[in-house]
Amino acid sequence: MKTYLSIIVVVALLAAVPMVTTSNVVLNFLVTALLIALAGQGWNLLGGYGGQYSFGHAAFFGTAAYATAILQVRYGLNAWVGSFIGMAAGALVGAVIGALTFRSGLRGSYFSLVTLAFAEVLRIIASVAPITGAGVGTLIPLDLHARAFQFQSRTPFYFIALALVAVSLTVIRAIENSRFGAYLVAVRENEDAASALGVDAFSVKLCAITISAAITAAAGCFYAQYFLFIDAGIAYGPWISIDALLAPIVGGAGTVFGPLLGALAIKTLGETTKLIAADAPGLDLMFYGLLLVGIVGLAPRGIAGLSRAISRPRRSSISTPDGSRG
Amino acid sequence: MLSPVILLPAILNGLMTGAIYALVALGLTLIYGVLHIINFAHGALLTAAMFAAFFAYTLLGLDPYLAVFVLAPLFFVAGYALQRFVIGPAAHGEDRNFLLVTLGLAVLIENALLYFFRADTRTIDLPYAFNVIELGPAFIAVPRIVAFVTVIVVALALWAIMQWTDTGKAIRAVAREKLGAELCGINVTHIFAITFGLGTACVAVAACLLIPTYYVNPTAGEAFVLIAFTVVVLGGMGSVAGALIGGLCVGVIESLSSVFFGESLGQIGIFASFIVTLLVRPSGLFGARA
Repeated sequence: MKTYLSIIVVVALLAAVPMVTTSNVVLNFLVTALLIALAGQGWNLLGGYGGQYSFGHAAFFGTAAYATAILQVRYGLNAWVGSFIGMAAGALVGAVIGALTFRSGLRGSYFSLVTLAFAEVLRIIASVAPITGAGVGTLIPLDLHARAFQFQSRTPFYFIALALVAVSLTVIRAIENSRFGAYLVAVRENEDAASALGVDAFSVKLCAITISAAITAAAGCFYAQYFLFIDAGIAYGPWISIDALLAPIVGGAGTVFGPLLGALAIKTLGETTKLIAADAPGLDLMFYGLLLVGIVGLAPRGIAGLSRAISRPRRSSISTPDGSRG
Repeated sequence: MLSPVILLPAILNGLMTGAIYALVALGLTLIYGVLHIINFAHGALLTAAMFAAFFAYTLLGLDPYLAVFVLAPLFFVAGYALQRFVIGPAAHGEDRNFLLVTLGLAVLIENALLYFFRADTRTIDLPYAFNVIELGPAFIAVPRIVAFVTVIVVALALWAIMQWTDTGKAIRAVAREKLGAELCGINVTHIFAITFGLGTACVAVAACLLIPTYYVNPTAGEAFVLIAFTVVVLGGMGSVAGALIGGLCVGVIESLSSVFFGESLGQIGIFASFIVTLLVRPSGLFGARA
């Protein structure tokens, strides 16, 4: 129980927010932050724990979002059922990409770039295929009933997003404490050594990318239901791949709370810069980029690493003479 | 459908476009080969260079083909300074931090351009932009031929620098064995910055070659860099010859798949061939080591 205590506390604190305020602005902010946290948690399993940096998590996010939307709009399926199928579809795409890339031994930057290419292929297909609505996109018709996974107010959406994040936190914590988690970290630290010790690196990575894809896919399903509109640029665009990796890296990759922390941080950063820059186009993102560079310069190990460094000061790694890569 | 009257112009035009891809990829592969980082700011730097070439023409009346002699050294210095004083110190030598810093720089540069110049798409009118040369059944625009020849010259020059100059030898040494090079007295920080500068200069040349026939807006560079990534992998990461030949191949593949599958699916061919190459021959066409 003790291992899950921190998760319970954090989730309980977040669950209390609607009791304090039901302002749409606050809830909308938190829902989008939770969405990024969820997508980022998927990335975190593969990238943070497994060391396989994917630049194409949009492939899973988008497939799930499209599956959810298309099943409802074209086949009249219930939204909840559609979302589960969407998640499964995202996981399947993950398994296929994983099987192909890990089978041919792609590592490091090669893996990153091939995932990017897969997401791009899907984006181009989605922008011309008739079933996705091509360039027009897919609009889920308004039907404000709980059975259609649509709600009048943002509060239920908030609780659903929070529940999804809570499940993802629990899953990641469970994996962290499991044999599988240990294998995964071993593969990250040194794949050859892990293999030599009898870890089946291929199956471990395949399993990781499938679960990772499923978690990010859940975010995609939620996105489709929350915004009720997707097109190729939203579903498979680079923005989600970037947010999904930015959140855990900023928060602390390979830690349970990294993605949540990072998602809240980058969303706050984004909103603050938007406030400062008012309506000058580009100015807010200019600050955002500047702050990103600054934060990395000051806290190279993410927020989690920063808090650790403050509580337990040790010789910093800032001046490694050979600039060795991690 | 397969008539040579259609295929030949498609292939020739593909080669011309491919030359630009090759040049952008050349910068990327150089930086990857030595620093072992994927430079996400490459596209933003290309866009910045395109704006520079645009304003050099509209404000100063400087022809893009002359501006290249000013912009390439300028961007070399900018790239050197960027790596030496921003990226290097901020990244603390960690892969994921390089990724974040270059990503942050890309966001910063792109949006600074958006803020100062707005999202308008701009083009310049050059008197010779629409001149064509007849090559059998194909008509090739003069600026594209200039671009093709320039890219070949730049690639050869780069190869010569790497092969014969002391700096080039130092770059190759650092690429192969960083610690060993440092122990031999090579200033690795300096070489890193030089390499980044060279990569950025490539982008400035590419911008000057693009601007006569292409448009510029704050996201114009992105499309090229995504393709340049695939070129880099196709050719083998870090290989100069690979980037050149990979770029030309990608240009032809794009042009041919546009002919067969239609304009909007033209890029499918690129990414599909990219994925197939990676699965079959992960080290790329010319990649010696994985």
